[in-house]
Order: sequence, then C-alpha cells, then structure tokens
Amino acid sequence: MKSHHARPVYRFTAKSIHVDWPLLGLLLAVIAFGMLILYSASNQNLSMVLRQSMRLFFALSIMAIFAMIPPHKYKIWTPWIYGVGLALLIAVMIMGKIGKGAQRWLDLGVFRFQPSEIMKLAIPLMTAWYLDRKPVPIDLRTLLVAVILIFIPALLIAKQPDLGTAIMVIFAGLSAIFVAGIRIRILFIVSILASCSAPLLWHVMHDYQKKRIITLLNPELDPLGAGYHIIQSKIAIGSGGAFGKGWLQGSQSHLNFLPEHATDFIFAVSGEEFGFVGSSILIVLCIFVALRGLHIAREAQTSFTRLLAASLAMTFFLSAFVNIGMVMGILPVVGIPLPLVSYGGTAMVTFLASFGILMSISSHRILFNTMS
Amino acid sequence: MRLHQSVKNERAESRMHHVRLNMLVAFVICCSALLIARLAYLQISEYKRYETLSMKNQMSIIPIAPPRGIILDSQGVVLAENIPVYVLEIVPEHVKNIPETLARLRTLLPSITDEDIDNFNRARNQNRSYVPIPVKLKLTQDDVAVFASNQYQFTGVSIKARLMRYYPLGEVTAHLLGYVGRINIQELQQVDPTNYRATNFIGKSGIEKFYEDLLHGRVGYQQVETDVSGRTLRVLSKQNPVSGEKLYLTVDVRLQQVAFDALKDKRGAVVAISTHNGDILAMASSPSYDPNLFVNGISSADYQRLANAKDRPLYNRAVRGLYPPASTIKPFVALAGLEKGVVDTNYHIFDPGWFKLPGVSHSYRDWKKTGHGVINIKRAITVSCDTYFYQLGHRMGIAFMGEMLSKFGFGQLTNIDLIEEAPGIVPNDPWKRRTKGVAWYPGDTLISAIGQGFMLASPLQMANATASLSQKGHRFRPHLLQKSIQSDKGETHNYEPLEEYPVKLKDENYWNIIADAMHSVITSNEGTGYRFGRTAPYSVAGKTGTAQVFSGHQYEKKRYEDIPEFLRDHSLFIAFAPVENPEIAIAVMVENDFVASNVARKVLDAYFQLKKGETTS
Repeated sequence: MKSHHARPVYRFTAKSIHVDWPLLGLLLAVIAFGMLILYSASNQNLSMVLRQSMRLFFALSIMAIFAMIPPHKYKIWTPWIYGVGLALLIAVMIMGKIGKGAQRWLDLGVFRFQPSEIMKLAIPLMTAWYLDRKPVPIDLRTLLVAVILIFIPALLIAKQPDLGTAIMVIFAGLSAIFVAGIRIRILFIVSILASCSAPLLWHVMHDYQKKRIITLLNPELDPLGAGYHIIQSKIAIGSGGAFGKGWLQGSQSHLNFLPEHATDFIFAVSGEEFGFVGSSILIVLCIFVALRGLHIAREAQTSFTRLLAASLAMTFFLSAFVNIGMVMGILPVVGIPLPLVSYGGTAMVTFLASFGILMSISSHRILFNTMS
Repeated sequence: MRLHQSVKNERAESRMHHVRLNMLVAFVICCSALLIARLAYLQISEYKRYETLSMKNQMSIIPIAPPRGIILDSQGVVLAENIPVYVLEIVPEHVKNIPETLARLRTLLPSITDEDIDNFNRARNQNRSYVPIPVKLKLTQDDVAVFASNQYQFTGVSIKARLMRYYPLGEVTAHLLGYVGRINIQELQQVDPTNYRATNFIGKSGIEKFYEDLLHGRVGYQQVETDVSGRTLRVLSKQNPVSGEKLYLTVDVRLQQVAFDALKDKRGAVVAISTHNGDILAMASSPSYDPNLFVNGISSADYQRLANAKDRPLYNRAVRGLYPPASTIKPFVALAGLEKGVVDTNYHIFDPGWFKLPGVSHSYRDWKKTGHGVINIKRAITVSCDTYFYQLGHRMGIAFMGEMLSKFGFGQLTNIDLIEEAPGIVPNDPWKRRTKGVAWYPGDTLISAIGQGFMLASPLQMANATASLSQKGHRFRPHLLQKSIQSDKGETHNYEPLEEYPVKLKDENYWNIIADAMHSVITSNEGTGYRFGRTAPYSVAGKTGTAQVFSGHQYEKKRYEDIPEFLRDHSLFIAFAPVENPEIAIAVMVENDFVASNVARKVLDAYFQLKKGETTS
C-alpha cells in the first residue's frame, strides 16, 4: 500500500518530451537578450560568448533531463539530496579552514562546483517535502523545524562567505513556508522579531557587508571605495535615457568605468545601451518567467509539487529582483548574479535545472493516483 | 478514518495554497512595478544629470609639459639646454614579476645601481601602474645596444628618449645658473598648479629659479577619451605647449672661464661688472659642483658629500658670501671724509705706526709697525695707511660714514636677479644696540674705518660699489639677464639697465682725487697693488684688502707657511679700468690666501684681450 502511494500514473510516458512550452519560450527570450548584452559587455569578446553558449547548452541539457524525471522521484530523493548537499557544505568549510581562506568551490578534477548551488535546489525540495507531510495551517513546532532546515545550510553558506546565495536560499525556503500556510499572525510576529534582531545581525556582519549597507544609504560618502560600484552603475543606467545609446555603444561599460559589467552589474549595460524601453522588456520577461512558474504551482496536483514549484519560481524572481534592485541602487550590493544573463556557468546550470523541475511538474499530469 | 482525514486536508491545503500563490503573484507584480518605477526615475527624470556625469567620466584633459627655455651667454654660447637622453623604463602593469625582471636587467646592464633600484621603487609607488617608470637614466650607447639585442626577453621594459636639462659647462657656471630638480610639494604650492600639471622639474637656485616664470613656458593640453584607469584611447583635440623663453645672459662665458680657472683650488669669488649699465660680465665662486648631478635627483651620498664638505662648494660666495671688506673700503671712507670736509688734499698727518683715542691708553696699530711717516689722502690710499683712516674715522664719526657707505649700496640687497643674495652689514650705533644690546664705542668707529669689525659685504656689493665709484656716483642695478626671446612669437625683450639713486657729492673733483689715489695703488712704487703688477697694458685703479681671520698673529714673528691655512688672512681686491674711461669694475675675494690681486689681473687681462680681439676682427 505504501509503495503504491508514491507511484502515481502520469498522462504521458517517459518517452514523451517533457517541456513547458510557454516557459521554454520565455526562458529562451531572456537568454537571447542576455547573450546580446553579454556580447557587448565583454567588449565584443566572441570567445567569452562562445564559452557562455557552451555552458548554456550544457545547462539546457540538464534542464531537459530534469524535466523528464517525474516529480515523485524528486520527492523520494529529496532527503538524500539535502543530506549530501549539507555534507558537501561542511566539507567545503573544513577545506576552507585548512586552506586558510574563503572557500566556496569543490574541485572534482573534471570541473569545479559550489555546493551552495545544490542548496538552491535542495532547500526548496526539502521544505516542500517536510511541509507536505504536515497538516494546514502550520503549527509553531512545524514552523520551527522548517526554519531550522532552512537556516542550517543558509548559515553555512553565509559563513563561506556568500551572503547573496545565503539570502536566496532563505527566501526560497520562506516562500515555501508562506505558500504552505503559515498563519498571517505568526508571519506578522516573526517579521517584527526579525526586524528587532536586525541590530544583532548588524553586529555579526563582516565589515565589507556593513559597508555595503551604509554605502547603499549614501553612496556619495565613499565615491572611490564601496560607493563606486553604485555610483558608476547609476551613471551608466541613467545616461542610457529612454531608448539607450544603442547596442555596443555604451561608453561607461566599454571604457571600464562600470565595474563587473559582465557579471553582477550586467543589467547596467542593458540600461545604458537599450535604455528604459529595452530594460523594461528584460524586467517584464523576468516577471513572466516568474509568473509562469507560479502558474505551474497553481496547476500542480500535489501539495509537494505546489510548494516546490512556488519556491523555485520565487527563487528565480527574488534573484532577479535583488540583482536589478542592487544595480539600480535600491538594495545593498550583495553578490547575486542576474539569472540567465550574467556571465558565469554555475548559477546558469542551477537555474535551468530548477526550471527543469518546474517543467517536470507542469508536464507530468497525473491521470490517476493509486491512492485516490 | 485516516484516509478521510487526508482527503479533507488535501482540499483545505489546496485552497490555502491557491490563496497564498495569488498573494505571491501580487507580490511579484508589486516588486516589478517598483523596479520599473526606479528604472524610469533613473533613465527618464534624472537622465540629464547622469548624461552629464557620464560625459565627465570619459573625457579627460592630459597636460603636455612645455620644453624649458635654454640659457645662453652674451655671445650665444649655450649654458643650459635640454638634451635627449636614453632612459630605460618599465611599465609596471606589463611586467609580471618586477623584482625578477630588475634582477635580470642588472645582470645584463651592470651600470644599474642600488640607488637606481631604490628610485625606481619610490617612483613606482607614487604612480599608476600604466605610467612608465625610469629604471636607469642616461644610458650609454653600449648599454642601449646591449639592451636592444636582448629586448625580446623583457616585455614591458623599453628604452625611451627623453629631454633632460644639461649644463655643458658644469661647475664653471654652477652658482650662476643654479640647477633644476624634481618639483616638490612646497614648490607646487607657489606656482600656478594648472601650468605645472605636466612639469617634473623646477628651478631650484640661481638663474633657473629666479627666471622660472620665463623659462618654464605654458603648458599644452590634449583632450582625450580615456578608460577607467586613465589610459588614452583617442586624442580628440590638442593644444601645443609653448616652450619657455630663451634667455641671453650678460655674462661672457670666456671671461667666466678665466675667472673660474683663476680661482682653481682656492676658496673665493670673482665678480666683474660693466660700469655703464650693471651687466655682470663674470661671476665665479669656488669651489664649485657639477649641477648636472642634481637634475635627476642627486643621490643622498653625493648630496651629503657636497653639503658637508668643509669648503662648502654649494655656497655662492659671490652674492651670499659676506666678508669684512677690510682696506678695500678705504676709498669709500676717504670719499666720505672729503664730502664731510674733515679732510682735503692738503690735510696730512704724521703716522708713527699707531693711533690713540684721547684719554684711552689702548693704541690702534697700523699694519706697518714702523708707520708711514707724513701722509696725505692720496698716499693714505696708495700705501693703505690704517692710522690715517683711524684719524679720519674718528673725526667723521660712524653715523656719517655709515650713511655714505649705504649710498653705495653696502648693507642692502643689490636686487640682482638671483635669490641667493645676502645684504651684509653697515654698522652704526642703533644697529649695535639693536643686535648686540651694547652701545657703540669710539673704538668701533676706528676699526670700521678700515673695513674691519662688524662691517660685512659681499663680493657683488664691492664690485657694484666700485663701478659706481668709477662712474662718479652713477649707480646701476647689477643684473645677469641681457634679453629674453619668446619662443612662439619670436619677440625679443631687452633688459633695460636700471639706474639706482646716484651718489651726489658737493664737489665733482672728489671723484678724481680717489680715482687718482687708486691708480697710484697700482702704479706707485710703494703702492700695495704690487701683486697686480705695475705694467698692465691698460690703466687700472685698484685697492687691495687683507681681512684678518685671526687677529693674534699679525705682529708675531711667524712664517706665513707656519700659520694653519684656515687662520691665514683673506685677501681682497677691487679695481676698475681703464682709469680714464672706466668700463669694467671687478671685485675679488680669496679666502685664506693672498692672491686676490693676481686673480683680478688674470680676469682684466682676459677682458681687454677679448675686447682687442673683437675690435680687430
């Protein structure tokens, strides 16, 4: 009986292609836009674009594979994925201690990867898995366990130190808790408690992190230091105007005034070259991706898949939101790349893997459950 | 029962999830609206502001240093020029391992010293990584050849030709011209910072410092597009610099050379001046130094050696050296006596070899122990009789004497075009009370009358006063600049001689009396100018002087050679020539040696020799 419970029957067989076409269309649009910007931001460095394309190809393959795996398999694997992810994080931390420096990477010889990236998938999976077993509305004890499940890896990641990713995985877990049905009252109390603990958090933050927050409030205080990034990216965006300076014409990014213009600050290049119109399109595309993800969550047929889909969609959205907000100077500078656009392979693979899971959820429609 | 519960929960859960998902959709839309609003604020309402800021970011103005004006002597001989030198440079950002590269360079070019490496590291720390930093200045042809054939091993290292200040005559003109050196922060505060944006060198002393404004020129600019590290990408417009003005000096370097050679291995100074307009014809100070050492930063070892040397080569004795004028002051004191009327040509005294103030037992000795016998004003100057001048000084009083000496420019700056000048001292009662806090004693007047005691003058002042004496009181401001030529317009600006307030006497004949007496210093058998020689092919009026360094030895029966060199008397000599129509005046000062007259002879001989050459050719 128990084994039957975990084995639903899907409308399509495993041989079918598992794709969510609207989501794929939106993703390809964002990726194409991103390639255009990257070509310009890299100073028309074709080899950089080529390298990014190869990563993209790899990431899209991962997405296709993940989309074929039926959701209940993920559910079965969840505790294992979470456990392995956590173990790797601890391993990295110990290696970092030995190596006497910040360590985020695990060198597997063939390629290096960051265990924190696994957590971007493992935490949505784990929170969804755990909350799926609990009745609604969530009681305090459940909430506490869920929060612990989220914060242990999050703190390990923050310790690396990779504040951006830590914040992202916390958001991912919290969105699952939110959807799972935390009482608004509890949410309210928790947010008050959180804001009260802000000074405490301030105390444990690294100096560079504190500096970034101070700089956010007044970038002109330190124009050559921490404020430089924000001032320069605002200048690049602002000087783009309504229609932009045109593709490959952005002086601020091409003359290197704009730091990290191919990675974290790539949105500013779009702002400078494509102006308000082009950049709004990019923002809207990102929103549509997120909304499509949330739509998949609404259509999902089980509690686990709903929570998982919502959490993954929100991870994508919040990454984009925090990155763009940071580049435009309304959020502090935390090292979060713009998903699917920023140069770099690891985040690209993780995000497309998460879209693979979303596609799996949307394309594996359950005909009947052995249970019902 | 369990099944039922589960189904019910599933429905409730689904409902709850949908409500929450709708809330998330709303949240996403709100956040996106916020982003788009912010984007619109930056790109539409603040567009103008950021547009301007972005333009400012990428344009930059790069200053171009003007070539420094060259300096020539009155005959057009180059005294200071800019020569291209080969400089070995490193662009730090193009070199991966700088210490390793330096080590390899040193094995290739052994002429690179530790000092060079220190200078390189200092300059490297003060500049951005794309700025070329010199490792070795002034490479020899051999070094250039050796490096050129090995250049492929040294990426980021190259040889460049740069302009460097060079003084071809080196120590002969060192004190006169001064030198340029790397500009420092204090100096930068005194000049127009815009005009000096690209300038590395500034005049530190001498003509180089005094005429810094003329020599420097106007900075040029190029407007360029740059990247964030300031690297030039493209030149948009260019305004060429205006090089500094070409300066012609009044000095004749041939005469300068003779004067400098005459002082060889001695400590002293020569100033030769044109009596008609104050042109300095030669101004030498010995010992000297090589100003080229200073141009690119003198090594601290070299500097310590020069600064601490006992005979002070860095010191311009001609304008800054202050000495008791000794007997060379006597013609001026005699003139004051005539003017005041305390003596005339008929007045004479008997010199027993000493003078006593009334009521005081101390006797003031003449330099000649046995005395000069009966002596009038002409003979007093000819034989340099101290007793006559004690008497004269005593009767005239220090106030009048000081006043007269001041009229000749003693005790004040001559305002020559050099900054190193010192004013010297003409003492009197108020001066002594102010500086020493003691009253003026009658004895002070006596020794002042023979140019000893508190009185101090520079060789330049002596030369200039002698020129005034030769011109019957017409005084000119001494100067070194003859003309300057602007490089862009080619306009010549001639220096106009500046006449100072003249010395006026009751009787013009007084001048002739003094000139005649000074002439007999040279021509008379008993004249003290015997070292100058009685047989110069031109007529000379002169006066010798011997300044005591150590007063105890004068009458001791000590052989001259036994006196330690630094205790020997200084010798001085002033002269003008020809007597009938004076055109050159000279003052010579030699420390601890008696050869001042000999030096003056060499310089005057050379002057008339050169003049003869010019008139015949």
